[in-house]
Amino acid sequence: MANVPEDLHYSKDHEWVRVEGGEAIIGITDYAQNSLGDVVYVELPKAGDEFAANESFGSVESVKAVSEVFTPVAGVVAKINEALADEPEVVNSDPYNEGWMIRIKMANPGEVDSLLTAAEYEDFTKAESE
Amino acid sequence: MVDFGGWDMPVQYPAGTIKEHLRTRTHAGLFDVSHMGEIDVKGADAIAFVNKLTSNDVGKLVDGQAQYTALTTPKGTVVDDLLVYRLAPDHLLLVVNAGTTDKDWDWIKANHAGEAVELNNVSSEYCQLALQGPDAQKILQALTDVPLSEIKYYHFTHGTVDGVAGIISRTGYTGEDGFEVYAPANQAEQLWNKILDAGETGTPTGVLPCGLAARNTLRLEAGLALYGHEIDETTTLLEANLGWICKLDKGDFIGREALARQKAEGVQRKLVGFEVTERGIARDDQEVLIDEERVGKVTSGSPAPFLKKNIGFAYVPVGYANAGQEIQIDVRGRLVCAQIVKPPFYKRPK
Repeated sequence: MANVPEDLHYSKDHEWVRVEGGEAIIGITDYAQNSLGDVVYVELPKAGDEFAANESFGSVESVKAVSEVFTPVAGVVAKINEALADEPEVVNSDPYNEGWMIRIKMANPGEVDSLLTAAEYEDFTKAESE
Repeated sequence: MVDFGGWDMPVQYPAGTIKEHLRTRTHAGLFDVSHMGEIDVKGADAIAFVNKLTSNDVGKLVDGQAQYTALTTPKGTVVDDLLVYRLAPDHLLLVVNAGTTDKDWDWIKANHAGEAVELNNVSSEYCQLALQGPDAQKILQALTDVPLSEIKYYHFTHGTVDGVAGIISRTGYTGEDGFEVYAPANQAEQLWNKILDAGETGTPTGVLPCGLAARNTLRLEAGLALYGHEIDETTTLLEANLGWICKLDKGDFIGREALARQKAEGVQRKLVGFEVTERGIARDDQEVLIDEERVGKVTSGSPAPFLKKNIGFAYVPVGYANAGQEIQIDVRGRLVCAQIVKPPFYKRPK
């Protein structure tokens, strides 16, 4: 059973968002990392890059496949997780903490309210895996 | 699970592709390759008939020996690559790829011109399990009376494994020592479970069940071609560096004339191995650039879990097909540098 922390917001593309002040920290969910398998490479944008909501900000590669990752909220990248360049496997081992990907200064902080709650996301993944 | 030539097959087992790959290199991995096709050729003309269809020389085989070869088109391109097992002077077993079994079967029947052979597609009668890795012999020996150390590479024998009668063959597709066991299809589950038990699966150094993804990364590291990627009906054996299975002086065979001509004239393009030299992973079908010109395509590209590099195969114009040549690969719009290297990427320690 995939881990779905209560205090995060979720997208239907399997990203999570943690809100800290006006910033959103974004990564991929436990369900997503488990479906991908061993993550061997993460490609991230640069600080200062600007994204619209639901725009692709990078990619996650497992041995077998490449998956794009999308930002659920619009804004400017404040910081990226540089450590993933050398240790992409933390996306598998700790997707919600050490495995975070980017930190975005939100253009519209109200946007997170339209995302899924933990309970809603859990129902969504159940329906998707059936 | 994914659909693979009509078979539902696991891409990976719970351990995951990297662990499966590494365990096969260091201890042992077990692969269910029952999807492979088997075609039985029996009769006085068996050797002559298969020699007409394939590029390697079946006449060189002795009973109990296997050979890597290809079914070739009149253009010298590849209908399929396969193993030919010589069961008896008048009896051969062809082991072909799953996705091409029906095509091969049609091709073989269409080229049957009165030779004294009986042809049977027996694919559904066999299961095939591949036990690969440095511990393979020790594990399998616990389940059979056949002295495995006496079976040489690319040889086989009839024998029983856990009481199940079948063919035990010292072959594989991983670059490791190992065995492939052919047995009646309804014994697959028993054999699978017994081999896992004998290999102490679940322990840190025990055998791991391996899926299609590890099979692919292992064969790629070992520099082995995969049908539909490095070879198909648009690539000749010579372009794919498979000249060593083209026995042009064995007598006539389908494609011989085209291959002899191409050998005399020289190939225009060649399959090469490459290593990515900066961050990025090359993938199948991405374009290869040399001096800013798009000159070829990646046929297989992947991380190599044991070598911890990103590697692949690509076709490039023959003038560039030299070790050390710098190339670039268009990885989804980003140009990533790589260098041509001579395969195999991985060679097992002797």
